[in-house]
Amino acid sequence: MAEPFTTFTAIAAPLEMSNVDTDQIIPARFMRRPRDERYSTYAFHDLRFTPDGAKRDDFVLNRPPFDQAGILVAQRNFGVGSSREAAVYALLALGIRAVVAESFGDIFFSNALKNGLLPIRLAESDCTALRNLVARQPGTQLTVDLPQNLLVAAGSAAYHFAIPDFARDCLLRGLDEIGLTFTLLPEIEAFEAARGTAA
Amino acid sequence: MPRTLFAKIWDAHVVHRRDDGLCLLYVDRHYFHEGSFHAFNMLRARGLKVRRPDLSFGFGDHYAPTRPGRDAPTRARDTTAIADPEIRGIIETFEKNAREAGIRAFELADPMQGIVHVAGPELGLTLPGMTVVCGDSHTSSHGALGALAFGIGASEVAHVLATQTIWQSPPRQIRVTFEGSLPAGSTAKDMALALIAMIGTGGALGGAIEFAGPAVRALSVEGRLTLCNMAIEAGARTGMVAPDAVTEAWLAGRPFARPVDIADLRSDEGAAFDAEVTLDAAAITPMATWGTSPEEAAPLAGRVPRPTEAPDAARAKAWQRSLDYMGLAGGERLADVAVDRVFLGSCTNARLDDLRSAAAVLKGKRIAVPMLISPGSSAVKRAAEAEGLDRVFAEAGASWEESGCSLCVSMNGDSVGEGERCASTSNRNFMGRQGRGARTHLVSPASAAASALAGRLVAAGE
Repeated sequence: MAEPFTTFTAIAAPLEMSNVDTDQIIPARFMRRPRDERYSTYAFHDLRFTPDGAKRDDFVLNRPPFDQAGILVAQRNFGVGSSREAAVYALLALGIRAVVAESFGDIFFSNALKNGLLPIRLAESDCTALRNLVARQPGTQLTVDLPQNLLVAAGSAAYHFAIPDFARDCLLRGLDEIGLTFTLLPEIEAFEAARGTAA
Repeated sequence: MPRTLFAKIWDAHVVHRRDDGLCLLYVDRHYFHEGSFHAFNMLRARGLKVRRPDLSFGFGDHYAPTRPGRDAPTRARDTTAIADPEIRGIIETFEKNAREAGIRAFELADPMQGIVHVAGPELGLTLPGMTVVCGDSHTSSHGALGALAFGIGASEVAHVLATQTIWQSPPRQIRVTFEGSLPAGSTAKDMALALIAMIGTGGALGGAIEFAGPAVRALSVEGRLTLCNMAIEAGARTGMVAPDAVTEAWLAGRPFARPVDIADLRSDEGAAFDAEVTLDAAAITPMATWGTSPEEAAPLAGRVPRPTEAPDAARAKAWQRSLDYMGLAGGERLADVAVDRVFLGSCTNARLDDLRSAAAVLKGKRIAVPMLISPGSSAVKRAAEAEGLDRVFAEAGASWEESGCSLCVSMNGDSVGEGERCASTSNRNFMGRQGRGARTHLVSPASAAASALAGRLVAAGE
């Protein structure tokens, strides 16, 4: 059972890259490991660290204050690629609770919603404006207000976003999908009986 | 009202429909691999059981060793002989989870083992009209048999294991028609890369593609599997091909297959799609990717583009980043790009047809750079050996290994070195996909074989 997701405010970091695929979010070699605190190290690992383990200054999330970011503002097609839910686990472990982008990889979008990482789709111009804002004023905080479907940059702008109803409802109430589906068990059984596929 | 093939399968599986359109769909077939441990852990944490163990099948593929280890030169298929404790552990966990749940899993030593998207169809476990899910994005492959198949995440896998259903919102329906006929030397892989180069990796975002047209009808089931496999690289949730006599003949006699009435499994005349894309198959030549996204592809006979030729500023920046990673300047001929190694394998291109097409190119010649060949399944391996393809590969100097995901996803210990360039028949040329700093060029099996001979990126017959 997840905690209900309502509003939160955090520093936002600009990610000036399109097609940030799930292999960049978490390289495959880490995926054999169980989900634990090490996942924060795996997030964007090869972008954050050199082969000998040193931090790369050229990556935005290594630079203060963006190393404290809780929100990423990206470009198009964030999370494209594999179905690995570990990409979501890694971002959450790093403290990221929302990603703003023009578009998202389909499976990543779904995985994010199921784990309380909010994928916020905004128009290209809005994403660009937000990236410019947080790059120009490092440390700018954004507020995600799920009950109001609003992303707010204090004193600057507010953007309306849409999250699919069912997922939004589950997030707001901290509900669990499997539990909800179990309430439909008679319908599942009836379907199986009608199709002759009962176990 | 005329309906699409997609809508017919969807409608037949709706258990519950919400007012907002979201549907609870029944899952006919669930496949899983070693990465499923997160989902099994979720079930365990909640004290839940697998509802229908008879409808799930497991395949050891992502971490399957393709080469015998130093410790166990003859035991590549023996889990206990795997030297890396983490890899051994994840395979053991997979096998244990399946056994405890009473699910049939095709473990390393099983003669039916293979990459889930190769072995599942080959065993007749995927049939026309089914809903098929797996915690792997390339599940779209199974649509080649006229199934509605898509990849899902770990939480969804747990949901399917617990309920045998999945929540889905109806996707945008897209028909991709390949008119005309494919020239000799071009393959389904080239069709896929040409499509993705045209519409982009977001071109079919979240959509369901039906592949249609004479050039698709003319493909073998293997070719259709390759095409549907790559649908995900165009951003689609699924790809599918209406089943026909070719499908029926291919499925006949497979171990788990049963007859299916396919008469109505096609899009009705006049059925509406949300988008239509048409390509001229006759114009498709062998393709290769030059960048770090499958959309960054060009004809092998052509040049690597320059960022100044990009359609917009954002794309120019992305292209520059890709070129920097790939160690290319832009503007060079693809045929002048030297490769360090070649990989023939993966759920995209490791079926018997693919191996035959590579063998035809390699026969009687010697490769110039190392080439790893990993058959898509243990059955493909046996079939290839029965017709002597392994000898062709060995005489050419290639390494003929065991079946698994291998260098497509580089989880099993196989990897391409930092800065090394690999011509690969797999599906993703992402940064670091084949190993940290590895540079991947996606090509067809015939082009991979030709590139291994030349030590450069070339099409067969060049």
